[in-house]
Amino acid sequence: MYKAVIGLEVHCELETKSKNFSASPNEFTETPNINVSTVDLGLPGILPIPNKEAVRKALKTAMALHCTNPDEVLFDRKNYFYPDLPKGYQITQVTKPMGRNGYLDIMVNGHKKRVFIHQLHLEEDTASLEHFSNYSLIDYNRSGIPLIEIVTEPCIESADEAVAFLEDLRDVFLFLGVSEAKSNYGQMRCDVNISLMKDTDTELGTKVEMKNINAFTSVRDAIEYEIKRQTELLEKGEKVVQETRRIAEDGKTYAMREKVDAVDYKYFVEPNIPPVPLTKEYYEELRSSIPELKLERYEKYINQYGLSEYDAGVLSSKKDISDYFEEVLSYGSDISLTVNFVTSAILSTIKKLEISIHELFITPKMLSGVIEKVKNKDISLDHGKKILYQAIEKETDPNELISKQNLHQINDKEQLLTLICEVMDENEEQVRQYVEEGNTYVYNFFIGKVMQKSNRQANPNMSLEIIKEELERRKNNG
Amino acid sequence: MIRELHEKLEKEEVTKEELFEEAKTLAEKYQEEFNSFVTILDEAKSKRRADSILKGIPYALKDNISTSGILTTASSNILKDYVPVYDATVYQKLKKSGAVLLGKTTLDELAMGGTGTTANTGVVRNPWNREHLIGGSSAGSASAVALGIVPFAIGSDTGDSIRKPASFGGVVGFKPTYGRISRYGLFAFASSLDHVGVFARSVEDVAIVTDIIKGEDSKDMTSLEDDGKVYAEEIKKDTTGKKLFYIKEICDIEEYPNKTEKLEKTLKEFQDLLEKCREQGFVVEEVSFDKKLLEAIYPTYMTISCAEATSNNANLTGIQFGPRGNGENIEEMMFQARTEGFSELIKRRFVLGSYILQKENQEKLYLNACRIRRLIVEKMNELLKEYDGMILPASGGGAPKFSESSEQVSDSHYILENHMVIGNFGGFPSITIPYCFDEEKMPVGVNITGRVMEDDVVLNIAYKIETLTGLKGIKAGEENV
Repeated sequence: MYKAVIGLEVHCELETKSKNFSASPNEFTETPNINVSTVDLGLPGILPIPNKEAVRKALKTAMALHCTNPDEVLFDRKNYFYPDLPKGYQITQVTKPMGRNGYLDIMVNGHKKRVFIHQLHLEEDTASLEHFSNYSLIDYNRSGIPLIEIVTEPCIESADEAVAFLEDLRDVFLFLGVSEAKSNYGQMRCDVNISLMKDTDTELGTKVEMKNINAFTSVRDAIEYEIKRQTELLEKGEKVVQETRRIAEDGKTYAMREKVDAVDYKYFVEPNIPPVPLTKEYYEELRSSIPELKLERYEKYINQYGLSEYDAGVLSSKKDISDYFEEVLSYGSDISLTVNFVTSAILSTIKKLEISIHELFITPKMLSGVIEKVKNKDISLDHGKKILYQAIEKETDPNELISKQNLHQINDKEQLLTLICEVMDENEEQVRQYVEEGNTYVYNFFIGKVMQKSNRQANPNMSLEIIKEELERRKNNG
Repeated sequence: MIRELHEKLEKEEVTKEELFEEAKTLAEKYQEEFNSFVTILDEAKSKRRADSILKGIPYALKDNISTSGILTTASSNILKDYVPVYDATVYQKLKKSGAVLLGKTTLDELAMGGTGTTANTGVVRNPWNREHLIGGSSAGSASAVALGIVPFAIGSDTGDSIRKPASFGGVVGFKPTYGRISRYGLFAFASSLDHVGVFARSVEDVAIVTDIIKGEDSKDMTSLEDDGKVYAEEIKKDTTGKKLFYIKEICDIEEYPNKTEKLEKTLKEFQDLLEKCREQGFVVEEVSFDKKLLEAIYPTYMTISCAEATSNNANLTGIQFGPRGNGENIEEMMFQARTEGFSELIKRRFVLGSYILQKENQEKLYLNACRIRRLIVEKMNELLKEYDGMILPASGGGAPKFSESSEQVSDSHYILENHMVIGNFGGFPSITIPYCFDEEKMPVGVNITGRVMEDDVVLNIAYKIETLTGLKGIKAGEENV
């Protein structure tokens, strides 16, 4: 049996107002060559000015991935000729990347795995090329967009692990707010390096590289296909060729070019950007801006809040939902009621209305008020949810609605008994069925009637007890 | 001189149009003979509402400085039709001051070279004797000022590309502290060594122009915060007690086994000048500088500058701009554009640079050169702790004849001809002013280099020494033409 050894190089465009080294807007657009300046075109005499926000976001991501950060910001040049690279070099980082030697813990099929990060660096994206039969077009909108590259150690062993890593990494970007990481816009792309080895082997096998895969499903297809292809080759006693392959739409990979020698990029320190020292204070401030990430929250929900794995998964999957949930709890709300309300009423509403949780009219504070009333049995759970829907529709604070509609639950035993006696007097046939035939199905009948008569304010549990007692009393009294 | 022209303009004894026409007439008259210009503009365009001493004064820009709407070729075929779409910061500042651009001056192709003979439009000749070269790379700017076509011109200096042609042209050439003047819009040769600077016929004029073009630029991260000084005033300060040093290994005639009469005269005149300086209250002392380090200056410079140049010029592919190459695919097109667009000398430098940066050579060549550069700068800083400036002849004599020139400098003058690169290594402010004529009646300059940030001190010292040379404001006379 062969074991797959997989390393990933993930590129992610950062969300910033302007490009990495120029003032052109950093935004996705279908119109070619509009977000372009002299700097992005590499015209003679231009100079790069690094984007503070891009630097900050790259350092923040590196920090969240437990990397060691550099003592100063330093850029290098990577020199090569290609028409999508207008300056003839790319400004990137080799000497002092934004992060080194980090890791990300991921969940793969219910198990936790640590994926080691070799390095994270900040660089600029290239222009995009579109090739036609006898000409090519260049769109410089993408030229110079800030890009982070995250290189893992070759410690991933399956397509499942690779995809789980990519998904969890994307969530890191989203939780940190550094990128929208939309793979359909090419904002997140991935190179896959894969080789096979026997468990008994001490050296890695020959590596195959697959570049620029956007969709995570294609990453899965490519890895699964390569494992199959390379296994078949090795079992036949043939050799795997060191080469670059591409993944096609049929889910198969095809050879693009053989790798003869590694390209020499002739790196050297970028002379136009003097090193900028990074202070302890800067890093402290940066650290304090990093929120708890998905896995930390997931584990907290299970271990500290006692949530089920399912609920913990739902509530930690998205930062805005998780933040909302935690804010409701911060008002001292009952945990299980909060879980109940958020996972049902709140999530179903935002899904139905196709809005984000931020856009929802019900604030965590409002929700905590409703939960408190349910907890104190002022209203029933059922009522609480109904009130929420009404509140959303009317865009009114649900707590106001509760007071206005006087929807407080009737918990007074005398009051309930009076109500129940009235109902029984009006329905002698059902009383008879119980008294003479012992039919307990009438309980539900009476509950329904009581609720109807009380305008759904009767406490259903208390009512049921009283109904039972009253029926028994009538039976005994003959 | 700028101040006089300014007063004439103020008193309306002359108009800016007349000044421009006069300059243009001279430029056209001398063009065939000396080839100072790549482009001479047709009409005077300037800001009406400007209010500076440069308002209405014509000037020239080296043709590697980006001027929107005006051809900028860097004297290279690969840019022969390139019209920029943006202004360099130095040009923008001069525009704002009301100065009037006369034209763009010839340079050694892409500013690489020190002879003024490698422009795609032909050689630039020395106004003092047309059989001699003017030096480079800012050849046209130096000759335009030497000929009196314009009172000042802008150049760029990566090795000594302002200060050497200033010496050969008998004019003042100043390269301030690295970052004092924005490089935004200067076509990059070697970014860590490149400076923008000024040619004029007096130290005061150089100071006046520097006052206008210096300052921090948000488009150049290596630019310095403005020092808030007015150099045109600072230069007038008393220099008594200022301490200068010169290097024994460069100035002692006994150091030269193959000494020539020309060299002897230059060094003798230099010592005479130093004596005058002492009489005027300067303290001038001889110091020793490790000869191995001095000998390493030129190879170190070539190593670093070629490495940076090969990367900086990688944008010249004919894809974004410039003449499109032909070919079956994009790689072939780029290959053809670059093969035809650059001269052999340039290609040689790129190949060198590429070799120097190769993985297997980087440590030995590039990184070692960076280390030597640091050693030289450290030694210089150590000396500048005690002294206010270094004073040395800018050259072993006047400009050589075309027949004598070659890219290779003769071994015996090796150190003397290349020491001004120290100013680029450390970003030190450095100025060359004329101080004598050699036996062929060609002017020779003296160079003063000072502490980083202390541009005012260097200008102040030069302003004083200028009064001791008797050569202030010299111009290549009609009789030479």
